[in-house]
Amino acid sequence: MTNKIDTSWLRESATFTKPVIREIQRAANEGIYDIRGAGAKRTVPTFDDLLFLGASMSRYPLEGYRETCETEVTLGTRFAKNPVKISTPITIAGMSFGALSAPAKEALGRGASEVGTSTTTGDGGMTPEERGHSSKLVYQYLPSRYGMNPDDLRKADAIEVVVGQGAKPGGGGMLLGQKISDRVADMRNLPKGIDQRSACRHPDWTGPDDLEIKVQELREITDWQIPIYIKVGATRTFFDVQLAVKAGADVVVVDGMQGGTAATQDIFIEHVGIPTLPATRMAVDALKDMDMHRKVQLIVSGGIRTGADVAKALAMGADAVSIGTAALIAMGDNADEFEEEYNALGTSAGYYDDWQNGQDPTGISTQSDELARRLDPALAGRRVANYLRCLTLETQTLARAAGKSNVRNLEPEDLVALTVEASAMARIPLAGTDWIPGHGGRY
Amino acid sequence: MKFDLQDNEVRALNQALHTEDAANASFSVVNPGGKHNVAAGAMFATSVDVHGHVGYYCAGMNQNATIQIHGNAGPGLAENMMSGRVEVNGNASQYCGATAHGGLLVVRGDAAARCGISMKGVDIVIGGSIGHMSAFMAQSGRLVICGDAGDSLGDSIYEAQIYLRGSAASLGTDCIEKEMTASHLEELAVLLEQSGIEHDPASFRRYGSARQLYNFNIDNVSAY
Repeated sequence: MTNKIDTSWLRESATFTKPVIREIQRAANEGIYDIRGAGAKRTVPTFDDLLFLGASMSRYPLEGYRETCETEVTLGTRFAKNPVKISTPITIAGMSFGALSAPAKEALGRGASEVGTSTTTGDGGMTPEERGHSSKLVYQYLPSRYGMNPDDLRKADAIEVVVGQGAKPGGGGMLLGQKISDRVADMRNLPKGIDQRSACRHPDWTGPDDLEIKVQELREITDWQIPIYIKVGATRTFFDVQLAVKAGADVVVVDGMQGGTAATQDIFIEHVGIPTLPATRMAVDALKDMDMHRKVQLIVSGGIRTGADVAKALAMGADAVSIGTAALIAMGDNADEFEEEYNALGTSAGYYDDWQNGQDPTGISTQSDELARRLDPALAGRRVANYLRCLTLETQTLARAAGKSNVRNLEPEDLVALTVEASAMARIPLAGTDWIPGHGGRY
Repeated sequence: MKFDLQDNEVRALNQALHTEDAANASFSVVNPGGKHNVAAGAMFATSVDVHGHVGYYCAGMNQNATIQIHGNAGPGLAENMMSGRVEVNGNASQYCGATAHGGLLVVRGDAAARCGISMKGVDIVIGGSIGHMSAFMAQSGRLVICGDAGDSLGDSIYEAQIYLRGSAASLGTDCIEKEMTASHLEELAVLLEQSGIEHDPASFRRYGSARQLYNFNIDNVSAY
């Protein structure tokens, strides 16, 4: 018989919590920072801190399932001859072939196409499978220019110039050697098995004035046919959005700190950038300040999970949202059925974030043929489509309750804030008051 | 076909270069006036002569065309070029040949900083000298410098080859001098001949990656 020690009196330090102690011990043993995938895990003000004011005496609701609530959005109406029309205001964010397996990329294309929305390439270029299964494909133009070529550029439905992303604004990326298969290496013009660094800034322009010329070059190469998006990680969002508009963007994409990544230092993910909630407000303010709101479309991303998130982002002034991590989860990432294999990797379903190591048992964030074969792209694509439909229905439900016949008619007036912090960041009045903390302050 | 860019938009020139009629045709471009994106995205085996100076991204993403600039070129000359030939009689500004995948880029004068940055298979021959951080993160292809190189030549270079006739102010991280074998002398001679630049290949030295930083190792952290 063992003596059981009474631990009820032990007090955990709020500074040196168990995870902090484990991380110090890990760093001391390994001598290197923690690299992982996904976005910020810390608690931040989110769209959950806002509520909708449904219709009542002074507002007239629409009947669910009976009265129309439009969801179509057109992106890129400023300069492009062929803007991108999507049937739901939810798009799939950029994720690379390399970070994700070929079946995963195919599944994202299938799912997005089934509901009439767009998906996006990532670092590493465009694969034929992805183009073939994506009715609307946005081609990312990244600092590494891995796989970049004018033929694929002209095959795209839009170009997204990536200046930064929410998980690591100001940072580049690293695809570790274990994920560099023959095919990935070939697409990136590098030897198999070596770490592939994605630069933190573009190699041939150094500021917004240069970017304006770069955008013109991309338009010249594509004969002004397709829209050009500019994506920024959420930091100095007001100024970044204005500079993106000045540089000639048709669409600005703002990615908050909850936005995922395939592989970055944990310290970067958790401590750089701002949440999606204030970034959305700042982006809309920037567009309105230039009288460009709705003329240049705004896509926000970073932690979008539900139709409520979508509806609140639209109400604050976004034209559409993008999902990344949620789409991976919809495909099967972190599913309970892989619990034993997650345990073998030292983690558990619901916590797996080592997307950089290539050992993903679901076959999503891997380049192992054996693991990738586990993912059925048709089934996973169907799940993505189901999830997108669900988000769209949820968004419509909230819009109808607010009396809107188009989801983009949602407006800030439909919202109240639950917390002082969210009120200040979103510039939405605190519920039950007409008070917005700090209103009138400068950025 | 003659294009006067004093009277025509660059867009008209580029759109003409993107039609099948441009295949095997000759274009003479006058009065470029430092305009940007001249002959961007050329697709066919077209001959383009630009008489004067050009701005940013001239011959960007060139495929198949032969583009001769009788003047100087601004930043980003032939960036991401895939194939064909781009030649500048004068000097080129920053990041010429950046991320270029193929073809031949010849600058008869000097090229500024970051020449061949992140190059991915292109051949670049510089008649004069180049600025700092050239061939940074260069992945593949060959960079020939007939003059000198600025600081940090070939920093974080992968599998690209550098041939330098003069001297480098400094070599970048993980870039080292390598043995010049007979096969290297032979390929250098071919590159010089294709470029129309006369030098004895034996007067060059070869540089490339030490391959010590290909996989992250904490013991190498002081190298960065």
